[in-house]
Amino acid sequence: MALDTIERTAKQLVLTVQDYSVFAYRVMFNLFRPPVYWTDFLIQSDIIGVGSLSIVVLSGLSTGGVLALQSAATLSAFGATAVTGQFVSKTMIRELGPVLTGVMVSGRNASSMASELGSMVVTEQIDAMRALGVDPLRKLVTPRVYSSIAMLFLLTIVSDAFGIIGGGLVTVFMNNQNGPQYYAQAWQHLLFPEILQGLVKPLFFGYVLSTIGCFYGMRTTGGTEGVGRSTIQAVVISSVLIIFVDFLITQVMIALFSSWA
Amino acid sequence: MGLTSPLPQSADGTSTARAPEPVLEFRHVTLSFRGPDVLEDISFSLGPAETRILLGPTGVGKSVLLKLANGLFLPDKGKILLFQHEISDMTEESLFPLRTRTGMVFQEGALFDSLTVRDNVAYQLVQERVPDDEIDARVHEALRFVELDQTFDMFPSSLSGGMRRRVAIARALIHKPELLLYDSPTGGLDPVTSTTIIELIVKQRDVYRTPSLLVTHRLQDAFTMCTHRFDTESGRMVPLPEGQTDPGTTFLMLSEGRMIFDGSLHDLVSSQDPFVREFLQ
Repeated sequence: MALDTIERTAKQLVLTVQDYSVFAYRVMFNLFRPPVYWTDFLIQSDIIGVGSLSIVVLSGLSTGGVLALQSAATLSAFGATAVTGQFVSKTMIRELGPVLTGVMVSGRNASSMASELGSMVVTEQIDAMRALGVDPLRKLVTPRVYSSIAMLFLLTIVSDAFGIIGGGLVTVFMNNQNGPQYYAQAWQHLLFPEILQGLVKPLFFGYVLSTIGCFYGMRTTGGTEGVGRSTIQAVVISSVLIIFVDFLITQVMIALFSSWA
Repeated sequence: MGLTSPLPQSADGTSTARAPEPVLEFRHVTLSFRGPDVLEDISFSLGPAETRILLGPTGVGKSVLLKLANGLFLPDKGKILLFQHEISDMTEESLFPLRTRTGMVFQEGALFDSLTVRDNVAYQLVQERVPDDEIDARVHEALRFVELDQTFDMFPSSLSGGMRRRVAIARALIHKPELLLYDSPTGGLDPVTSTTIIELIVKQRDVYRTPSLLVTHRLQDAFTMCTHRFDTESGRMVPLPEGQTDPGTTFLMLSEGRMIFDGSLHDLVSSQDPFVREFLQ
């Protein structure tokens, strides 16, 4: 009995991965074949990008501030509080900026995509669209995926900037350290691989959160209860995948740029 | 009556035999969803200018059959021919051009919540980049057909259930389809509104003569369609003379995923099949 359950679960998992792979592949290459819905791309960019700006600014500021507080406490034990700026900027740009932005945007937008598309599925709007000769993947999913990638890239830069500003504010007004020194440290010690790493990650995170959100929305079954289930799955799986993909990209980037001094 | 039996003469003496090249044809179609068969060995055809009413109790697979007709589902076994194209193994992309030649009215209307009635009805035309002036004219024409021209700028959320169905019919008609598929268009509506919807369907049948496949579990609607015609002079649905039925309107009946009846109203009421008898009572 237990073996049956394991077998069924394993098959279900493999089937889901297979379905997701086909879905993600189709969505990715839709952009290169007409029709491309540019208006929908702009609308989604507004919803995802402008709509997420406030949470990204606030989370970036707070994270930068916390980093400055925590690092200054530790660094002071070694008489190295002067490198707080370097610590905050490297951590924000390489790691926390992309990951936090990805998780925040995932919480807001993967859930919204799953619930919106899920509602359309259970009310037969997706079938109606197909019956009218319009491909829902092209019309609904592809614009969401590409606008998520573009917007997450820009939002990560915003988050990095506000993280460094937040760290600076804490350094100057709470830790009573030298402001110009903080900003000089934050800027001068940044290396190209670190910036590249920080800018490559959101491209992958945007793809992951939007394809997962849309995938679970499009395969919703079971009425309104099913919409709720899809929304939860989308947020949980996209958040976990973002952290896992972050691990993989970090490994690859470190290996690629190990000789960079 | 067997699936291959010839259809009888109707009251006006016209033969109800179907044209040699059907618009839609099912050949031994079987479908399941990871379990027992939902539909099993389904065969029937729909000829030009013909209306077929698919009857059966709730949950018997009527809506699934309708979605097979335009490729929204694909069968596990058997063949489906739509406009003489075999769609059973077509890709989703190659099905889109065929689907644009059909119109489908969904059970609850399936209107797009975020779009106005104008944009809902014009959805297909907007995708084809038809000029706005022409779109507006054609939307007004379609809405006048369903007597809802005043809803042009409204959102679906502000419409009643019956109005939503009528807008859905306008959306299905605007592209002048070669085949119409109605999925329980009167389901969940009060009798007066149901009659309004049936009147529209009869009007469409008698004015445009578009071949149609209509799914319903309401015998009253099916009989009304068969025993009435649309009078263009009075602009109303009127009963046919006593004993006459519309020659182009015939019936199919599903039971437990199998097609158990295919024939005219006369055949239906005189059928000795126990399930048909029980359904009619």
